Amino acid sequence: MESAILNLKNNQACQMSQIPLLEEKFFQARIKEACQGGARLVNLFGLIEENTAIRVLAFLGYDDEDKLLLFSMRLSPDKPFFDSMTPDLLQAHLFEREIAEQFLVQLKGHPWLKPIRKPMTREPGFFRVKGEETHEVAVGPVHVGIIEPGHFRFQCHGEEILNLEIQLGYQHRGIENMMQEVSSERRVWLAESIAGDTVIGHGLAYCGAMESLSDCHVSPRAEALRAVALELERLANHAGDLGALSGDIGFLPAAAYFGRLRGEFLNLLMALTGNRYGRSFCRPGGVLFDMDSKMIDEFRRRLLKAQQEIRELSNLFFTKPSVLGRLENIGIVSSETVKQFGFVGPTARAAGCARDVRMDHAYGMYRFHQIPISLAENGDVYSRAMIRWLESQRSIDFLLELFARMPEGDLLRPPGPLKGRHLALSMVEGWRGEIVHVVVTDSNSKIARYKIKDPSFNNWMALTLAARGMQISDFPLCNKSFNLSYAGHDL
Amino acid sequence: MVARMLVCMVFSPFLLGVIGKTKALFAGRKGPPYLQLYYDIFKLLQKGSVYSRTTTWIFRAAPLVSVTAVLVAAFLIPLGSLRAPIQFWGDVILFAYLFGLARFFMILAALDTGSSFEGMGASREAAFSCLSEIALFLNFAVLAVLSKSFSLSGMIGACSWFSWTTMRPSLVLVDLSCFMILLVENSRIPIDDPATHLELTMIHEGMVLDHSGPDLAFILYAGAIKFFVLGGFLITLLLPFHFYNPAMGTVVFLLGMVFLAAAVGVVESAMARLRLNRVSTFIIGSFVLASFGLMIALARAF
Repeated sequence: MESAILNLKNNQACQMSQIPLLEEKFFQARIKEACQGGARLVNLFGLIEENTAIRVLAFLGYDDEDKLLLFSMRLSPDKPFFDSMTPDLLQAHLFEREIAEQFLVQLKGHPWLKPIRKPMTREPGFFRVKGEETHEVAVGPVHVGIIEPGHFRFQCHGEEILNLEIQLGYQHRGIENMMQEVSSERRVWLAESIAGDTVIGHGLAYCGAMESLSDCHVSPRAEALRAVALELERLANHAGDLGALSGDIGFLPAAAYFGRLRGEFLNLLMALTGNRYGRSFCRPGGVLFDMDSKMIDEFRRRLLKAQQEIRELSNLFFTKPSVLGRLENIGIVSSETVKQFGFVGPTARAAGCARDVRMDHAYGMYRFHQIPISLAENGDVYSRAMIRWLESQRSIDFLLELFARMPEGDLLRPPGPLKGRHLALSMVEGWRGEIVHVVVTDSNSKIARYKIKDPSFNNWMALTLAARGMQISDFPLCNKSFNLSYAGHDL
Repeated sequence: MVARMLVCMVFSPFLLGVIGKTKALFAGRKGPPYLQLYYDIFKLLQKGSVYSRTTTWIFRAAPLVSVTAVLVAAFLIPLGSLRAPIQFWGDVILFAYLFGLARFFMILAALDTGSSFEGMGASREAAFSCLSEIALFLNFAVLAVLSKSFSLSGMIGACSWFSWTTMRPSLVLVDLSCFMILLVENSRIPIDDPATHLELTMIHEGMVLDHSGPDLAFILYAGAIKFFVLGGFLITLLLPFHFYNPAMGTVVFLLGMVFLAAAVGVVESAMARLRLNRVSTFIIGSFVLASFGLMIALARAF
């Protein structure tokens, strides 16, 4: 079977005809076997072929070997069902639900086959715990505060959460379909709107896919500037998250100062891109704006100051007993759970799983200039907060080193036309974790399938699992420690 | 007596403004104006109330009962040099249970809405107030032993001067314990976070989520009076002087209150909120302090 597997790298394109087509039995056996052997299900999705059959593509990630395997199976129109892999492979759970929802195929033996984005049908409803002393708490979809909509259904025994079920989809905009339909000029704007706080992350994933589909090679200068923007986005969001955690536990001074630091990083991003969230900076082929030496000096000065401030502030935050008392040992996600369910990003690293696209499937500037992976052990709220502080330090160090020797090159090399009947895969480590964009073109070089996977898609399940057995009053804090995107999940 | 009630009724919302300003100072912000709560109450009084169809008269009565009960409690307590208009043997029990009455109605009103957030808030409030009530009564017991009186006016204020000169250790313990009870009763950090918007973590705020308009104004106002009365108890205990000029006495007392509000603000800025299942430990702490106070008092008394 080994020969029937296509080996792909991040930001690489391949012809559709190269993708091995396996029978359902071998397809599933291959996935299960690989995942038992340490691989990870990076993506599993369907697309409709030109002959109207449904093709299911699986991407397996071997993170230690910088290797991605790609293979597929076909569902004929007269047989729109297949056996669920979920009972043996929990990672497949949400991917399969998505396929069932998008292509109306039946999945046999899936334990919890519900829509993930479309309005819920009556059956099977929410999981309920019955009993005299249990009670149900429903939160959302409209929340207090300025956050996105999502529904949380808790089954509680007194203050203890027995089960939590999260129902999303209120932000569903059909963005995958829109990516296929709009003109190529508008597409990049759309890609930047997939999740409003991950503009650079999704923008870069889109650019990566387009460049590999048109054999466009970005100059080192542009790669460096992209890395600057991506790390600034990470810094701003990590500082913001630490501030939000402080706010939730009522620790006011840290909430205020982390909030100010977030503003400082956003201002840097604005100085670079003209927009506080980094819109209209990354374009297929490069970036739109350059940094001159004066600006680099200015950035270095401001970053050094921010570095000093974030260090002092974190020392205050992470040493305060009343803060530690709130953060430690709640919302634990163990490394076994991470591996079982395939969580990514800071959630995985907080549990001690070294998963980081910048290192495992290095792209762009990170091929030359690596950022060490930050790890914590416990997988609790404290660890996730700590990961943010560690990663912020590493990002600042990375930027300061990069500013010392910025490579030269053109800003923008306009990409040529897209290759027809190709598939491109692009992965980026956004601040929330692994972003995956897969683009498939048809024979007219039009985009036939645009598949987006935000890290939130993987990680919402982590919140569900972390909530079990927790005090319900600790839930908002735990939720903040993940800070997942609703829009990124709902697409 | 009229002047005394006026001081209490007019001045109390100002103290919450002082807490807000202190917290803002620590966070490096300007903060809301000192008079913000007056503006809020005034604004809410002009609005209409919204009532859910599931609620009954209890929901509508609770804010009024609550504000009336705490105002009546204000009559029982000497504020600095201003004597209590009503005083009798055993008024401490009435004093404590007037707050109990207000709380009882607020809990019933919260359950009346049938909302799960309000239910959680109510159950937490009931659980924690059970504990803090014991601690409060233990403090009363210490003061009763020291002053040989069972009336608030005899326990604190100028009458406690003698106790301060002879029984300082046990009074210091009582003061600490009362400060902790003050934080619990007024739902301040580290017990509750009055500024939070997260329903799942709320205690007091959770219980009043469904109240609006004038009802909410009454609840906010009752909260301010409650802080004033309980704080006044603590400050009167700490300032055992009698001023023959009532104006002078009042000014000193009010300065003490402002200082107390600032102290609460400092506590709120300096520490994070406790995890909910540790709150009982905090209240038991105040209980233990009061118990030691009682032991010392009894040992000296006999």
